Amino acid sequence: MHRLIVLFCSLLVAGSALAGNAVSAASNNKDSHYASHYASHYADLAHAVYEDALLTARELHEAIERFLAAPSPRSQRAAQNAWVQARIPYQQSEVFRFSNPVVDDWEGQLNSWPLDEGLIDYVSDDYFYEMGNIGAQLNIIANPLIDLGGDQLDSRDISPELLASLHELGGSEANVATGYHAIEFLLWGQDLNGNGPGAGERPHTDYVIGNGCSNGHCERRRAYLRAAAELLVRDLESMVAQWAPDQSGNYRAQLAALPADAVLAKVVFSMGSLALGELSGERMKVALEANSTEDEHDCFSDNTHWSHYYNVLGLKNLYLGEYQRLDGRWMKGPSLAQRAAEQAPELHQQMLTALDASLAAVRQIVDAAEDRDTPVKFDQMIAEGNRGGALLIGAAINALVQQTATLEQLAQAIGVDPSLANRL
Amino acid sequence: MAGAPSGRRPATALLAALLTVSACSKPPAPLANAPAGAALVHAQRQHNTLQQPAPALSPQQRLDFSLGRSFFRNPWVTAPSTTTARDGLGPLYNANSCAACHQDNGRGRTPEQAPRGHGLLLRLSATGANNTAPELGITPHPLYGGQLQIRAVPGAAAEGQLQWQQGLQERVFADGHRVQLQRPHYRIANTEAQPQLSPRLAPPLIGLGLLDAIADQTLLASADPDDRDGDGISGRVNQVWDVQAQRLRPGRFGWKAGQPTLLQQVAAAFSEDMGITSALFPSPVCPAANPQCRGLPQGGAPEINAKLLGAVSDYVASLALPPFANTDDPLRQRGWQQFQRAGCQHCHQPQQRSGPHHLPWLANQTFYPFTDLLLHDMGEGLADHRAEFGANGREWRTAPLWGLGWQLAVAGDSRFLHDGRARNLLEAILWHGGEAQSSTQAVLAMDASDRDALIYFLSTL
Repeated sequence: MHRLIVLFCSLLVAGSALAGNAVSAASNNKDSHYASHYASHYADLAHAVYEDALLTARELHEAIERFLAAPSPRSQRAAQNAWVQARIPYQQSEVFRFSNPVVDDWEGQLNSWPLDEGLIDYVSDDYFYEMGNIGAQLNIIANPLIDLGGDQLDSRDISPELLASLHELGGSEANVATGYHAIEFLLWGQDLNGNGPGAGERPHTDYVIGNGCSNGHCERRRAYLRAAAELLVRDLESMVAQWAPDQSGNYRAQLAALPADAVLAKVVFSMGSLALGELSGERMKVALEANSTEDEHDCFSDNTHWSHYYNVLGLKNLYLGEYQRLDGRWMKGPSLAQRAAEQAPELHQQMLTALDASLAAVRQIVDAAEDRDTPVKFDQMIAEGNRGGALLIGAAINALVQQTATLEQLAQAIGVDPSLANRL
Repeated sequence: MAGAPSGRRPATALLAALLTVSACSKPPAPLANAPAGAALVHAQRQHNTLQQPAPALSPQQRLDFSLGRSFFRNPWVTAPSTTTARDGLGPLYNANSCAACHQDNGRGRTPEQAPRGHGLLLRLSATGANNTAPELGITPHPLYGGQLQIRAVPGAAAEGQLQWQQGLQERVFADGHRVQLQRPHYRIANTEAQPQLSPRLAPPLIGLGLLDAIADQTLLASADPDDRDGDGISGRVNQVWDVQAQRLRPGRFGWKAGQPTLLQQVAAAFSEDMGITSALFPSPVCPAANPQCRGLPQGGAPEINAKLLGAVSDYVASLALPPFANTDDPLRQRGWQQFQRAGCQHCHQPQQRSGPHHLPWLANQTFYPFTDLLLHDMGEGLADHRAEFGANGREWRTAPLWGLGWQLAVAGDSRFLHDGRARNLLEAILWHGGEAQSSTQAVLAMDASDRDALIYFLSTL
């Protein structure tokens, strides 16, 4: 009797385990040549988008050097514009983040947000910060030597290495000393308009040497901005190298050795993670529910609408295996779309419709934010009581949810198991 | 204890036969190969498994999950601030986010592990007093209330800091093997007036949704307060206050099962650990003898609204379970036999079944938490001498065992038991006294290979 019961139980458990593996067992891709071709194009796309991010980061660095050489409202605006341009490829690259540890472990130094800006520079008197965060009020620019409860923090020489070492100081993720958003803060300053119109309004005189210097410590602020821009360029150089062809030991080489379906699983997993958890979750729904400008992605520059738009474009790129480079050239190659078109043409059509719907929905957010007469930026849309803003953001969220649901049906239909994405 | 022999170990086949006979009043416990159905268990045992949504969640549900996650992870700030949804921290608090103590959703870290970290707090009550209001379950200390608050917002003073001292004890196995146990003694620094205190380590967030979905009736039915079945185990249900229903109900969450539902557990943690009010706990935590506390600004009434509180609770309820490991390994089977031989399964009841729940993937599931969620006398060694509702100073709720192996494999240095005194699973076992004394004796009688098999079994959970 005892023996019988044990047997019965183990059958039950085995049954449920089988059900759980049904998707991976249904995998039916036998064309390994096609698959390796696919992995190679996947890496080509990543390489191209990081290379474009690097090119625009170099242009940002140069624009910052010109701004520092002759600070003026005009040279400041030129540097700000270069920052906005640099976000275009970078936000399209983010779809490569979620199933490639080499990206996910690296990106914090480039794109962490929100940040306790009091770590970096002066802030307004009513600035609030993460309680108990020892870094939140350090103001590195004003304080070359800082006592950290016994440990001396020596930031007399502000270098890219120093900034990298300060990142997530004291273990707080809010201590963002580096990356796009640190540079954004240094170029724009705090957005003190809350949910009202207007972005940060840092005066260009914050970077003037000598008597014209506003808010003090201009030399150190200049050094900080320069070092942050240099570090961004270096970080992107290292990522480009990870995806470059014909380099033994880089990430691309590891990827080539993966089983075919693992790469397709990466596409599905990372598209779902960016669309759902990150973009519609953390970056839109949370900001909307919290009515909080602190939860706005590009909160100093009010460029959030474009950041979201290029995230969504990145999703479409990866599905179609396409990317339009900065110089206008199109890259096209083997893609999840091709496989879906062969094996699940109806779902493929639904997916194309869903991708276009997502892009159209986020385009509406862009149009509202860029309206010539009455622009409504993302931080205004999320304000309590802004029905129109909430509807625009809600529509984008719903479109991304629908897109992800379709993607998951499609993956199941063609035998791609997204749980294989994290094999590497 | 179900005929647990001490000293000599019978052959495995004989043991199986013995178990069948001695446990004839209850069906034999199955050796599960997964902690729950595939809809709830993550495919892999990796570093972020405990932060993943259960596979059953639809895209729309995962969106709600990410909302709850944000309010679980991101820090709360002092009121007033422009972040109206996230302000209201304190005035007195222990941590500024849930994730500060439940790092990566795992268990808290002791002051010994992380001197300036989070993850262990001191529950307090007045010494010697046993008159408690039915809705409180404890007698709050007049100066400190029910919990030591080690941090405060600007303008308020923290109540105090905790101090600890390590005591050492030794246990000797029948085969001569010796184990040094350490026992931390906690106190509030720089004060003569020491309340009755009970240190509490933040538990890992494993399978809490399924535990929430067990019907009250199921808990009541498995209780055996007078040990009518004569197995030496008298599991008791803690009857605790349900603030929404305004009545006593079976408790299930917390080291002494002091909270009846996951929502109330989450609301209590917001209130007591972070100083954030909710519809369930609308008053700020300010002890009667701390007048400065009440005058400080509030972050709205309540500070976390019902929708966001529900989102955080549902987030915790919807986390994926880590899978069991090495389920085909014969050593696991052997360890499971040792587990039963020592009678562990009487309290660490392998299987549970859930009833209805508002999250449909949690309803009517069979799963394997290895707990009866009941109170048991655990002896003087573990006693905190602080009553909580129906639980006396020697009683503790049976801790679930699922996810133990995941923690050891992924989180590394983990501490066990309510005050984090045990540095490994064997130490945790050896502290079991009271009703579990005979189980501990059975383990002390095991030889090295049986002990190893037992620990190996636990590490597969």
